[in-house]
Amino acid sequence: MQIFDVFLLEAVINGILLGGILALLALGLNLIFGVIDVVWICYAELIMLGMYSVYYLHNVYHWPLALALLACVLLVAALGALLHVLVIRPVLGAEPINQLLVTGGVLFFLQAVATLAFGVEFKNVGVSLPTLQVGGMYLSFARLIAFVVALGGMVAVYLFLKRTYIGTAIRAISQDRGIMPLMGVSANRIFVLTSALGGALAGLAACLLVLQYDIHPAIGLTFGPITFLVCVLGGLGNMVGGFIAAFIFAQFISVGGYFLALEWGYVLAFLFFIGMMFWRPQGLLGGK
Amino acid sequence: MLQLANVSAGYGSFQALFEVSLEVNAGESVAVIGPNGAGKTTLLRVISKIIEMRSGTVTMEGRSLNDVAPHQVIALGIAQVPENRRLFPKLTVEENLKMGGFLPAARAHYGERLEFVYSLFPRMKERRAQRAGTLSGGEQQMCAIGRALMSGPKLLLLDEPSAGLAPVVVQSIFGLIKRICGEGYTVLIVEQNIRQVLKVVDRAYLLETGRIKTSGSSAALLASDEIRKAYLGL
Repeated sequence: MQIFDVFLLEAVINGILLGGILALLALGLNLIFGVIDVVWICYAELIMLGMYSVYYLHNVYHWPLALALLACVLLVAALGALLHVLVIRPVLGAEPINQLLVTGGVLFFLQAVATLAFGVEFKNVGVSLPTLQVGGMYLSFARLIAFVVALGGMVAVYLFLKRTYIGTAIRAISQDRGIMPLMGVSANRIFVLTSALGGALAGLAACLLVLQYDIHPAIGLTFGPITFLVCVLGGLGNMVGGFIAAFIFAQFISVGGYFLALEWGYVLAFLFFIGMMFWRPQGLLGGK
Repeated sequence: MLQLANVSAGYGSFQALFEVSLEVNAGESVAVIGPNGAGKTTLLRVISKIIEMRSGTVTMEGRSLNDVAPHQVIALGIAQVPENRRLFPKLTVEENLKMGGFLPAARAHYGERLEFVYSLFPRMKERRAQRAGTLSGGEQQMCAIGRALMSGPKLLLLDEPSAGLAPVVVQSIFGLIKRICGEGYTVLIVEQNIRQVLKVVDRAYLLETGRIKTSGSSAALLASDEIRKAYLGL
């Protein structure tokens, strides 16, 4: 009985750790949607490119790991801004379905380019972090770091949105885009900045995931759909909702996987998601 | 201070303004009055560059606004309180005021201007942590005016400040506008409530179907037969 409880606790803790990283993933997507009203279907592909950038800078060009991670965040931030300027801005006035299709097209484009440029074989940065043993539980150090950094990143974004002029403008523009010029705010500039911030969050996620996962061109499919579902469950564009939904989802995956087989965790999580869509189609905290 | 010369503007095939010319001198309070659909709101949108004019010129202190981007107008000292107030409903009162002082040049004066707005509208200080969407109509108008004042404007544009407010509240809003005029701001106000607004401003232009019909001092307009018969029902 004693052993049973420890394993359950381990599953719960692992779920919390997973929840942190899911929440970080959801934050970037929610931020973009909440402010610009466009869903970046290709969000996880930015993470994939970020992971490759760490691999190439660290393992091929032998940059120190810390520098490669920092470069990854900046690089993906620039990619986010570029994505907005080249792809999103021209379709800002288009039908939502067209915006969705365009970013979907970018998803497959980036996957194809990555396959071409980096090949299909799995790559690994080769950083192995220890496993911690606490009271009979085995906890991955990489996951622990990911959780702490993800939480720190979210707090930083929260403070930025709450305390700074630009952050307040980012929140304001999602409520009334039309009068921003009367405040002296260029909506264009705020959109590019928001896209760069969303990109930086994807870059941060890439840094954390690259320590735990092998890199391949389709790695985005591992995180992309679940990130999107977490956002929808929380209420698309609602950052607090996304945060809560991430931890609920993670517990389903982790604890569900503990009681049954590992794959069952995902089955339960998606079943729960489908059920929730019947009950609260607007999401946990969604208004619309 | 502000001059409009032969300004024409419209939406698609609809022309809202026909060769409108008017001017506002420093320290003056001026109203553009007229019925619904006369083009009053369009006029303010042209000044703030929210819509492009088709022909004519707008100059502020001798500088043409023709090549100024919409978000740069406020940097020239022109702040607008838009129609229906358009506060950010989910931001707090104080965050709305902060947005009004977004310009880098205004940020240095944030503290003193906030104090000034709070001294003008003590109610806003009480409600500063409340979401703007939960304010009453009159309070929202105060917040919207306060937001515009946060940029430290030379010229304040007010678009239908009395619209949608209860009669008692309208009285107090016009009282507040009179105080703001007394603070030395130059004010251009667009209003359907002709009787009330003429008690507050120095001069007015009458706009009808996109054309300036007549203009003059408030006292002269209040006494003119044209205004009395058509708009005041006397």
